[in-house]
Amino acid sequence: MLLRHTPTEVSERKALMINPAKTCQPIGAMYAALGIHGCLPHSHGSQGCCAYHRSALTRHYKEPVSASTSSFTEGASVFGGQANLLQAIENIFTVYEPEVIAVHTTCLSETIGDDLKQIAHKAQKDGKIPEGKFVIGAPTPSYVGSHVTGFSNMVKAMAQLATPGTPKNGKVNIIPGWVEPSDMKEIKRLASMMDIKITLFPDTSGVLDSPLTGEYKMFPEGGVTMKELKDTGGATGTLALGEWCSADAARWLDSKCKVPCTVLDMPFGLAATDRFVDVLRTVAGVSVPDSIANERGQLVDLISDMHQYFYGKKVAIFGDPDQLISMCEFLRSIDMIPVHVITGTPGKAFEKRIREITADMPGEVNVKAKGDLFQLHQWIKNEPVDLLIGNSYGKYVARDEDIPFLRWGFPILDRQGHQYFPTVGYKGGLRLLESILNLLLDRKDRDEPEESFELVL
Amino acid sequence: MTKTKKMVQWNPTDIKEEILSKYPPKVARKRAKQIMINEASGGEAASSEIVANVRTIPGIITMRGCTYAGCKGVIMGPTRDILNIVHGPVGCSFYAWLTRRNQTDAGPDGDNYIPYCLTTDMQDQDIIFGGEKKLEAAIREAYDLFHPKGICIFATCPVGLIGDDIHAVARKMSAEYEDCNVFAFSCEGYKGVSQSAGHHIANNQVFTHLVGENTTPKEGDYKINLLGEYNIGGDGFEIDRILKKCGISNISTFSGNSTYDQFASAQHADLSCVMCHRSINYVADMLETKYGIPWIKVNFIGAKSTAKSLRKIGEYFGDEALIKKINDVIAEEMPEVEAISAEVRTRTEGKTAMIYVGGSRAHHYQDLFAEMGMKTISAGYEFAHRDDYEGREVIPSLKVDSDSRNIEELTIEADEKLYNPRKTSDEVKALEAAGFKFKEYDGLNRDMDNGSIIIDDLNQYEAEKLVEILKPDVFCAGIKEKYSIQKLGVPMKQLHSYDSGGPYAGFKGAVNFYHEMDRLVNSKVWSYMKAPWQENPELTATFVWE
Repeated sequence: MLLRHTPTEVSERKALMINPAKTCQPIGAMYAALGIHGCLPHSHGSQGCCAYHRSALTRHYKEPVSASTSSFTEGASVFGGQANLLQAIENIFTVYEPEVIAVHTTCLSETIGDDLKQIAHKAQKDGKIPEGKFVIGAPTPSYVGSHVTGFSNMVKAMAQLATPGTPKNGKVNIIPGWVEPSDMKEIKRLASMMDIKITLFPDTSGVLDSPLTGEYKMFPEGGVTMKELKDTGGATGTLALGEWCSADAARWLDSKCKVPCTVLDMPFGLAATDRFVDVLRTVAGVSVPDSIANERGQLVDLISDMHQYFYGKKVAIFGDPDQLISMCEFLRSIDMIPVHVITGTPGKAFEKRIREITADMPGEVNVKAKGDLFQLHQWIKNEPVDLLIGNSYGKYVARDEDIPFLRWGFPILDRQGHQYFPTVGYKGGLRLLESILNLLLDRKDRDEPEESFELVL
Repeated sequence: MTKTKKMVQWNPTDIKEEILSKYPPKVARKRAKQIMINEASGGEAASSEIVANVRTIPGIITMRGCTYAGCKGVIMGPTRDILNIVHGPVGCSFYAWLTRRNQTDAGPDGDNYIPYCLTTDMQDQDIIFGGEKKLEAAIREAYDLFHPKGICIFATCPVGLIGDDIHAVARKMSAEYEDCNVFAFSCEGYKGVSQSAGHHIANNQVFTHLVGENTTPKEGDYKINLLGEYNIGGDGFEIDRILKKCGISNISTFSGNSTYDQFASAQHADLSCVMCHRSINYVADMLETKYGIPWIKVNFIGAKSTAKSLRKIGEYFGDEALIKKINDVIAEEMPEVEAISAEVRTRTEGKTAMIYVGGSRAHHYQDLFAEMGMKTISAGYEFAHRDDYEGREVIPSLKVDSDSRNIEELTIEADEKLYNPRKTSDEVKALEAAGFKFKEYDGLNRDMDNGSIIIDDLNQYEAEKLVEILKPDVFCAGIKEKYSIQKLGVPMKQLHSYDSGGPYAGFKGAVNFYHEMDRLVNSKVWSYMKAPWQENPELTATFVWE
């Protein structure tokens, strides 16, 4: 038993978090910033934060993740980090030559009250920012929200580049939220199948899935460009996928640039993808091609073919709110039963949404925002499940309780594929279902007594 | 860039200039002092001075981490039955959760908290109103759930800024629980210039609060402490296997697969053997001053180094039976190692490596590469001090700057009752006269060739330049560096956490490493960088089939 000290009896904890289902804001900001073309993320604080975030992102994406730091020591912590950041900006533009530096704060620089806007302004005034280059910034205090909040804050900083009054350009802004490079690519593919011109931001496809060629590019081909970001103010509208990840940026564009926005769930699974395609078609004024309807039909076909293996299976799931909401809806749509649902990210609205989605279940869902894996494990001990879905840290629970385990979410440290194979859209739905089916059927084949072990399933 | 385009005959001075040419003048001046063309070899005294343990330049993409990482992640993390609570926002605790590959055997008592990540998850109201009450409540909750022997508290950046007195909370809780030792580490990330400061802070607190707690003598012959061995990928298991086979009792490992009781009993050992000099030398010195336990430097990375280190331990104890046993064990283990090394050598001979890790591994691993006929052409440390490069004798000449000054130096005195010099001064003199070296560490420079390039606190740009110019056959560093190096078509081996491999220490570890290097430097994948049409892009006017 790996988690041998976890008791079955659930006791209330008010102060101690054990095995968190979230991490801190800056890593989300760093990931989002990598979705801008030619951008070097910069961590304004002591250098350990940057090292940890780069390590975690590198382990998940198996790709180089470049980011710089203000390298605070005690002096900067006492006297403020302005001198460090000014020096950093000058060094970064000289040595790495990015198009843009995206600065995010840490709990250290937030607590001492460094003002990113003022420092960037000073850098501009002092001539430390070369012509045509940019420094953008987002506040990401680690003691508020989670990594999802940090992602959202950096995406909002991207939206804030938009200029009010930009002439209409007929494009649709899509804010995909914290999904994989493969998912971002899939969203672009769906839009292009409908012949809709979009600006996707952030867009980490092409950045965190780059090929091995014998050359290293610190700034690979992919990512949304600064020009495209400035132009988002002229879009027909904005689709924000995920309330937690994307809504703030979209609402800012709506209120400041009069770009109307619709906030949708992330397009995981059948219903959420349906809504995404339907709204996108409506805002762009196009019709959906048969090729997309065909993909949808294939997903429905797989559900019908294999429904007997999904029906009534209990699931425990943890991850980020936007992803969990769509995934729980998908699980319900195939008659699986998400009995335990936990996110580490705060937000009471999450619990409400999950309760709504699971209202038709035979029993009641155990759901908690600001929860942790220790609690999830205790719930599972009390009410066992047929499947566990979550990031790599779930493998300890899965092994101890002998539960089939689907790796999905962030971070995935011990498997590959997430950066290449999407789980959004109808195609992504097919992959999710195939993965779940394989887990359940492998398990069935393993456990079935000899007399009922069958070739055809 | 493909292997065929290998540039040759770069003069080291030109390489250094090429690297520095990209920097703004101020940065170039500073980096020039941290990039050294080695002049010391063949046992000569180190003649060139390198600047080390100084601040990283803001904006330069460094390999370094922070003080918290050194304290919690490196030193305290691998102890299985102490509960570690990180006081701060969630991230710091999350990132140090199971990411260092410290293998652990839960032992007969079954206490193993390593898969648990505990944090006070500070929120903005804790930053505004202070987090001491929350920390106290968290310790209570942790104690009620786990009933551990010890609880360690780690401060993160904001805790130092808002002034939470974690030591007072720890004292209070320790007094409350008779069976649980609660103590704290002021290891805020911004202290010091790298992980190194965190090591020092961890050493101080472990020595103050833990070492010496168990007064019951330990059974066993030839009792040693193994300092600076973290059981990455199971290294400690292999070293323990060898020690046991030789009849040497390992009282405590600082800290890999270690337990509360091991630390608490360290004063019962008769010799401290220091592996990672940088992370734990402070405890070795303090054990000697307080209890009279001498220390020696050992290296269990590489089969020959392992044999040498075992013989050194034998020589220290001076017991014929032990010396014979050690020689027997070496004789038994070496043939298999040598056979595999000879076989692998046919494919690794003459290949080159670059090593940029930690505060001693960049040195240790050169022996292992040498056993395969591989040469280390460039190396350096992530968080070393000058003595790690130039040898321990430069310590008196080290300048103490403000970043080092804020790390507490404990004043240790001989224990009134327990101080017991393990060797008389005559015995020490006799050993030294025979060439035995106590408290000595040669440093990396002396073992490297003239003209090799030694760089302190290497950064991503410099790594990329070096690889482009010198095209090593393998590059060793950490996870952050892994994929940018591999994009250049050069295999990269992590020597902090070993990727998926290990153990690499001891005899079996050496064999593992030979196989791993053989795989890496001879893998076919590195020949696939270009597609056939990219190698030969001329187009013909007609279809070949026509």
